[in-house]
Amino acid sequence: MRYIDEFRESEYANGIIDKIHSISKKNVKLMEVCGTHTVAIFKSGIRELLPKTIKLISGPGCPVCVTPMADIDKAIVIARQKDVIFTTFGDMMRVPGSLGTLQKQKADEGLDIRIVYSPLDALKIARDNKDKKVAFFSAGFETTTPTIAATVFQAYMDSLKNFFILPVNKTVPPAIKALLDTPELGLNGFICPGHVSVLIGSNVYKFIAEKYKRPAVISGFEPVDILLSIYMLIKQIEEKDAKVEIEYKRAVTPEGNKKAMGIMRDVFEPCDADWRGIGVIPESGLKLAKKYKGFDAVEHFGINIPAVEDKTSCNCGDILRGLKEPPECKLFGKACTPENPVGPCMVSTEGSCAAYYRFAGKDN
Amino acid sequence: MCLGIPAKVIKIDDHLATVEIGGARKEIGLHLVDNISVGDYVIIHAGYAINKINEKEAEETLSLLRRLGDEVYR
Repeated sequence: MRYIDEFRESEYANGIIDKIHSISKKNVKLMEVCGTHTVAIFKSGIRELLPKTIKLISGPGCPVCVTPMADIDKAIVIARQKDVIFTTFGDMMRVPGSLGTLQKQKADEGLDIRIVYSPLDALKIARDNKDKKVAFFSAGFETTTPTIAATVFQAYMDSLKNFFILPVNKTVPPAIKALLDTPELGLNGFICPGHVSVLIGSNVYKFIAEKYKRPAVISGFEPVDILLSIYMLIKQIEEKDAKVEIEYKRAVTPEGNKKAMGIMRDVFEPCDADWRGIGVIPESGLKLAKKYKGFDAVEHFGINIPAVEDKTSCNCGDILRGLKEPPECKLFGKACTPENPVGPCMVSTEGSCAAYYRFAGKDN
Repeated sequence: MCLGIPAKVIKIDDHLATVEIGGARKEIGLHLVDNISVGDYVIIHAGYAINKINEKEAEETLSLLRRLGDEVYR
């Protein structure tokens, strides 16, 4: 497929790998923030192709992994309400809360829980089932949130009264800031998420270079894109430079997609948010703006669920912050597997643990 | 969760477009983008186009890759 195949050419990859080997001198730790990058890196075997000087660390970049137990519980309680059709992206079905998972609730209690590919599909279900109340589990970073905002806006314009969302959306820059404020991580540079950046642009990352003096490169998702981004980061580090660069120029601009962000900022406003395993990060979440409060499922159904403490000995929190590698968790590959996950990093196909298990081998 | 796929726009009908992805056709929303024409490539995510792919920039990245490769094997 065009714009994919070219960026998988082994000829380009070999050239960049040699370049990286020839310029890399210092020992560095680079973090890929995005889970889609984590999977691409494992799948293509990039870690093994890099010189020993470069250590790649997976970050918290998967909205599924960072959804706290209490939010899963809210979803379950909403799905249990009378005449509700609960809709969600497939990834959220198996994430455990303290009440279990949506998948188990659907099987055991026969709740009407449906997987959708797009929030537009949830809207269509609401239009087609006027005698039911349709709730959508609104999870996602800035890549996904504008699509949900556009859907809520559509529902608002159509005065749809039976469509609601459970907003658990989060934003990436405050999370990167929280990682930079964790000095024990000792990160030397960031591979920034490509599709989040399509929306938010590269300018918002300036603080990484200016305040924290670390380089950041926004990367595409094909193997050659990621290798080129690593090269760009190493070049900056070796030249003692720190700036924000875009490797994924075919899709990302400094300003981002202003129209989409405008729709997102109209429908949602910032709030503090709890990240699973990490804790509360100020201004890193999104809630519905006053004008759209009528679509808030939590308010509509009067749901009140307190924060739940995760009592498992799962190390997802440390793994999400890059402080531990999956095999360092004693549950990994034993009590916690993709078939029977304990923590969210194993549930999500883009979680570090799942990627490690599938591609690096559970005994690695 | 942030997967995005390049797709070619083959028909536009107000805020909706039909796109082609590796031979398969799909209807998507154009609510988040401006100035899309038939023949453009867009990145689609969760049923919406999130931007237009810049063909010129894609070419420039590929020529940078060729240049770096040449430096290695010269």
